[in-house]
Amino acid sequence: LTVTKVGEGARAVPLAGHVGFDSMPDQLVNKSVNHGFCFNILCVGETGLGKSTLMDTLFNTKFEGEPTQHNQPGVTLKSNTYELQESNVRLKLTVVNTVGFGDQINKEDSYKSIVEFIDAQFEAYLQEELKIKRTLHSYHDTRIHACLYFIAPTGHSLKSLDLVTMKKLDSKVNIIPIVAKSDAISKSELAKFKIKITSELVSNGVQIYQFPTDDESVAEINSTMNSHLPFAVVGSTEEVKIGNKMVKARQYPWGTVQVENENHCDFVKLREMLIRVNMEDLREQTHTRHYELYRRCKLEEMGFKDTDPDSKPFSLQETYEAKRNEFMGELQKKEEEMRQMFVQRVKEKEAELKEAEKELHEKFDRLKKLHQDEKKKLEEKKKSLDDELNTFKQKKMAAELLLTQAQQAGGSTTLKRDKERKK
Amino acid sequence: IGNPVVGCGGSTLLGYIGIDTIIEQMRKKTMKTGFEFNIMVVGHSGLGKSTLVNTLFKSQVSRKSAGWARDEKIPKTVEIKSVSHVIEEGGVKMKLTVVDTPGFGDQINNDNCWEPISKYINEQFEKFLKEEVNITRKKRIPDTRVHCCIYFISPTGHTLRQLDMEFMKRLSHSVNIIPVIAKADTMTIEERQEFKQRVRKELEMSGIEFYPQKEFDDDMEDKSDNDKIRETMPFAVVGSDKEYQVNNKRVLGRKTAWGIVEVENPNHCEFAQLRDFLIRSHLQDLKEVTHNIHYETYRAKRLNDNGGLHPISTNGTHDSNL
Repeated sequence: LTVTKVGEGARAVPLAGHVGFDSMPDQLVNKSVNHGFCFNILCVGETGLGKSTLMDTLFNTKFEGEPTQHNQPGVTLKSNTYELQESNVRLKLTVVNTVGFGDQINKEDSYKSIVEFIDAQFEAYLQEELKIKRTLHSYHDTRIHACLYFIAPTGHSLKSLDLVTMKKLDSKVNIIPIVAKSDAISKSELAKFKIKITSELVSNGVQIYQFPTDDESVAEINSTMNSHLPFAVVGSTEEVKIGNKMVKARQYPWGTVQVENENHCDFVKLREMLIRVNMEDLREQTHTRHYELYRRCKLEEMGFKDTDPDSKPFSLQETYEAKRNEFMGELQKKEEEMRQMFVQRVKEKEAELKEAEKELHEKFDRLKKLHQDEKKKLEEKKKSLDDELNTFKQKKMAAELLLTQAQQAGGSTTLKRDKERKK
Repeated sequence: IGNPVVGCGGSTLLGYIGIDTIIEQMRKKTMKTGFEFNIMVVGHSGLGKSTLVNTLFKSQVSRKSAGWARDEKIPKTVEIKSVSHVIEEGGVKMKLTVVDTPGFGDQINNDNCWEPISKYINEQFEKFLKEEVNITRKKRIPDTRVHCCIYFISPTGHTLRQLDMEFMKRLSHSVNIIPVIAKADTMTIEERQEFKQRVRKELEMSGIEFYPQKEFDDDMEDKSDNDKIRETMPFAVVGSDKEYQVNNKRVLGRKTAWGIVEVENPNHCEFAQLRDFLIRSHLQDLKEVTHNIHYETYRAKRLNDNGGLHPISTNGTHDSNL
């Protein structure tokens, strides 16, 4: 995308005197100052690389927060917003930290929460932009303007986690790689380390943020700084007396590392580039490049297409409606299908139940019949038993009668016989 | 710079960071890209519209100078004619577009003569909106929206004419209207004051708000600055592109038999005030109100009821029946 300068295609005319529109930049700047600025920095790096300390050092303040433990189960992003003021400039600074980055055994998904976070900020802005009644003018922009990527000072090369993460982030945010805690590396090793890192980034196609060189006033310093990337930084909020001044430094038995001494580390360069020279460009790149890319992809994903010049000019609403109708149509179809299926199922179940009912009835009838048969059989048996019993009774009575008669006839002999028997 | 200030959110600053350099960074950026400004002039012919614009921008920027002959026939309907020039001052480049509306108020029957103007204004909003909703957008959307409409009131000295009221009533919600009393050298200072008071009263009673609108005052400071301006409006102006020698100085003026009316002399007319207000202090604000308020109003309406405004075809020959 080329930037078309204003006024291309129009004739230039000379002015016959002072008009006064050269105050335009001032008018614009005044409005911005009244409105306030915001700047959002994302710090990505393993736990313990001095991210919070560096932020404190950069902004000459003590931001709130406790150092994190190393036992986080996943990567979370913690963001804090601060209001800083310098002369008449009010800045809403948001610092986002990756908590737990690099602490897990399996780091495959580490980059995901970072990408999600960045996307979420773009999404929030896009949602606001798409609203019918919107207030973009007073919207608090949370999109990440700069991502400081903290590289561990191993002195060898980039870790694969670093490469993977940076590759995932380079099309979404301005990446400024820095070597953290660089006082752990000697100067000669540092030079080699920087070269290795740069070549690895290039060979892996990672696009880091380039300080802009199109404006003559900053072109020189920016291109020099570009060659010093990644910046080797040291952070400290402790002050040590050097000569007769109090300076920010880290004191070792063998010497003191001064944070703002350019021979000791690149902190000053980082501050210069990040804040004093390119803060506005970082914001602009985020809006015109990274956000536009996100927006384009998101809209295309949602099915929108740019209209060709012949068709109706205003497609967004129509596309919305068409999509909505399509969706409603699909929804209705699905509903209908489900309803049919339901009806079918009910029918089937009904049939099943009817079958079961029929079977039960049959079974009941069968059992009933069986029961009746049994009963009948039993009754018959009972009757025959009764008959037998009666016959037996009769026989018994007859026998007893006979016996009584016989006893009366020769009863004594039997009695004697019995008595003897009893003895 | 370097004054330690306590910021909220639990942080105290100790020493200079350099946040305030963002002002310089932003200024550089705007100088590089340049600005666009689109100004429309409305009023019946003969009120000195083109001359005033040329005087304001100290160059031949209005349509008149781009080949228009003075005795060209007044058009039968209102035409919209725009011409753009690039002017540069102090390293600041500006593309100035002057939109003229010949034929306005010149007919016997001026019914609905504001419609082509309204249509033009909406067409520019539409153009911008179309660009804004594209999937692949331009880095800088060209801005042709009318940032300011100078409405020329005839120096009758009595009251506003019906056409004046109608126009301002209908357009004050789509564009920033700055009413001026044209050819003010036909009125004495006292006549001007009385006329202005009557005009302001009439507008207030009809609920017509000209720029700067009270509801868009940012803060108390803004309000008090703008109140002062509102009390002086409409500015009584005189325009001229001719120079005369007055008190050993070359000044822009109109030569009459009874003296030279000096355009930039605040005792003679309020041209200088208008210029300072329009260009030196409120130029950016005019653009911002157009973008944040008038454009948003148009966009919201357009997105809400696609039937409220006719989709405008790209070749612009579609007649609107607004």
